[in-house]
Amino acid sequence: MERIADFFRWLNDARGINFSIFYDALDRARFLEGLWTTIELSLICTGLSLVIGVVGAWLQGSGLGVVRKAVQAYIQFFRNTPPLVQLFFFYFAVGNELPHVLDAHGMLVPPIGNIGWAILSLSLFAGAFNIEIFRSGIEAVPRAMVEAAESLGYSRLGVYWHVLLPLSFRISLPALNNNLVNLVKTTTLAYAIAVPELLYAAAQIWSEVLNVREMMNVLLVTYVALVAVLVAIMGRWERALRIPGYSP
Amino acid sequence: MSELPVLLAPRPLLSGGRDPASGLFNGTVLASVLVALGISITIGAARAQAGVVGAPGVATLLVKWAPLILEGFLFNLLVSVLSMLAGTILGVWLGLTRVSQTAMLRRAASVVIQFFRNAPWLVLLFYCMFLLPFSIALPFATVPLPDVAKAVIGLSLPVMANVAEIVRGGVQSIPLEQWESGEALAFSRRQILWMVILPQCLRRMIPPWMNLYAILTMSTTLISVVGIQDSMTLARAALVAEGRTDLFIPMYLMLLSWFFVYCYPIARWTAVLERRFRVRI
Repeated sequence: MERIADFFRWLNDARGINFSIFYDALDRARFLEGLWTTIELSLICTGLSLVIGVVGAWLQGSGLGVVRKAVQAYIQFFRNTPPLVQLFFFYFAVGNELPHVLDAHGMLVPPIGNIGWAILSLSLFAGAFNIEIFRSGIEAVPRAMVEAAESLGYSRLGVYWHVLLPLSFRISLPALNNNLVNLVKTTTLAYAIAVPELLYAAAQIWSEVLNVREMMNVLLVTYVALVAVLVAIMGRWERALRIPGYSP
Repeated sequence: MSELPVLLAPRPLLSGGRDPASGLFNGTVLASVLVALGISITIGAARAQAGVVGAPGVATLLVKWAPLILEGFLFNLLVSVLSMLAGTILGVWLGLTRVSQTAMLRRAASVVIQFFRNAPWLVLLFYCMFLLPFSIALPFATVPLPDVAKAVIGLSLPVMANVAEIVRGGVQSIPLEQWESGEALAFSRRQILWMVILPQCLRRMIPPWMNLYAILTMSTTLISVVGIQDSMTLARAALVAEGRTDLFIPMYLMLLSWFFVYCYPIARWTAVLERRFRVRI
């Protein structure tokens, strides 16, 4: 560990190539914290967007036309508008309308902070795609399966939870993985509302240490590696759950 | 294509809406956006009346700023067209390299595609904005590289990788027999590619390409984060200039609805084309 730090210290002194995150404890801590925030943000948004997808796909099979139309409007609105403007809409516009509350220090603060809005906005964005993905999987389950389950006394929710969802999940998985990878890439937008994720942490470092070139390369490689790891894990899972002889 | 007892034959995921038969524009969705805009304006107006007497209404302010923000919006569209153009040209070339006969070239192209597909758009944009020089010295002249050009380059990189992937998928979807019969007719490889294979897969490549364009158009707002004046920057500047908190929601909704009105028909059209071009086996 010490030798790596010495090498990068030497690289800075001798060549002027300054990878401060490898020898400076403060910069390294900030960078790792940013990386962790990005991972946390991705995990929480993935979870919430999956919940939105499952609930939304269920509502889309509702008997009420109004509910189906509302879900459809939600999907189309969030799919066809820029996620960055959505984020700003939530953080600046909606956040501004909410009544402020007193915090522990007796200060008036907004009830939801920037991280909260980032989670909410990104989850709603990814969730809109998940609903469509789950629905297309559900459509592959024959009507007779639903009828068989109904005749066994399952309720509508029971049919969905015990029959439709498990069957369709394996079909939906490839598209779902694509969307989740996209979600991880979209977490960089949280930079715009000062959420201390990886891009924000890197920007802080390069504006203080003035090593834009080095940090930029580190940042790019880190993100590509992060996404590559995710793709590899998901690819394995996909292959494990693949239905043999069944592919679109 | 097989049918299992418990599952129907798979159907590809459409990138558009549920029912493309209902035309390019879904009335419900547009209506709900307009209703939301209307409600927010009404609420804003009510609150404005409760506040300072004689202050202009929210609708008046929106109309006042709309032309300026529309100019920014058109600039977004211009950036999207330029990036798409550059990305498509580079992407077609990269995609054809990906299916080249030389294993080395294939592998190199594959690495490039994976890299630019995995990198977040915003990071690539930052990368180009900060690390490209502000002018390029050529032997005969020095070409200045303004911020906008850098942004277009930054946006066209991920577009390039995605277009390459579309081209690869299209070319590989054509059965091998087509290549073989081309060879039997004494076409060269280049001739087979351009005169036999590409015309056939063009139809299949257009829907995902349009989908990509819609994604790119929505991503052009990212240039406001790296300091280029676009519709987003102008909308925020207008909000600061007016200093009216009741204007926030209507202003952002207006901008969102513009993007929606532009991108939604593209999505519908893509879905229609996808359905029409679907391979029938």
